Amino acid sequence: MTYLSMGGKGDFIWPAYLIAAIVMIALLVSSLRSARGQEARLAALRKARRGIPEDDA
Amino acid sequence: MHRFANPTRFLKVANAILPWCAVITALLLGVGLYLALFHSPPDYQQGETVRIMYIHVPSAWMALFVYACMALSSAVALIWRHPLADLIAKAAAPIGAGFTLICLTTGSLWGKPMWGTWWAWDARMTSVLILFFFYLGYIALVNAFDDPTRGYRAAGILALVGVVNLPIIKFSVDWWNTLHQPASVFRMGGPTIYPTMLWPLMLMAAGFTMFFVTVLILRVRGEIAAAKIRNLQLSLARE
Repeated sequence: MTYLSMGGKGDFIWPAYLIAAIVMIALLVSSLRSARGQEARLAALRKARRGIPEDDA
Repeated sequence: MHRFANPTRFLKVANAILPWCAVITALLLGVGLYLALFHSPPDYQQGETVRIMYIHVPSAWMALFVYACMALSSAVALIWRHPLADLIAKAAAPIGAGFTLICLTTGSLWGKPMWGTWWAWDARMTSVLILFFFYLGYIALVNAFDDPTRGYRAAGILALVGVVNLPIIKFSVDWWNTLHQPASVFRMGGPTIYPTMLWPLMLMAAGFTMFFVTVLILRVRGEIAAAKIRNLQLSLARE
């Protein structure tokens, strides 16, 4: 508990770390989901238009 | 360099290094956080509050670094018309905005116990806030047109205009009276900060940089796929 209170400054230190974690995790997750989503859409479009090779277009 | 401007070749290289980037990011941030939270000493003046430095300072460096990357990429796109450079600039913008947001909020949380105020309209803080608005302006502009090439051009010019703000941010603590402390790491005569604090700071900065590379690769992958989808839809519409 004494560690968490950070000499009475825990109210400022922990929110700072928490905000950084939230922003970075949100960036990572949204980027991952968006990349996967777009790549899946592209694959589906190509499948619908058979004959287009993977690394072209 | 031109060889990697080809999206297919870029994807091949990017996908090969992506897992390594992710592992290195996790390791750097893991060790950096451990040293920052458990191993580094409290400051003789600021006490434990100095631990905010280990995220505030690297995020501030990244806010500037990512903007410089974005502007450079926009310049390459505007001058040489490399389509990949446009995609890289667009992909970098939200990451830079995120780092700037972290820098501003952690700075505010550090300012309250140290200066007695959450915010002051002084040169350093105001110029970083303007940097944040440049990021938001870029993101709004790049998505504002039906024709993506027009969006890239308009936003690219905005990114280049915003470069003037970077030296203002860096030297604001020397040029004007400010609450903010001057540079203690990248300064003439070497760092003035003790190694037990410098190490976690540098590890966190390296971790943030690798995080940027990892997320940038993911975002560029998404942008390349989106561009290919647009091209496919256009060719379908023409048939």
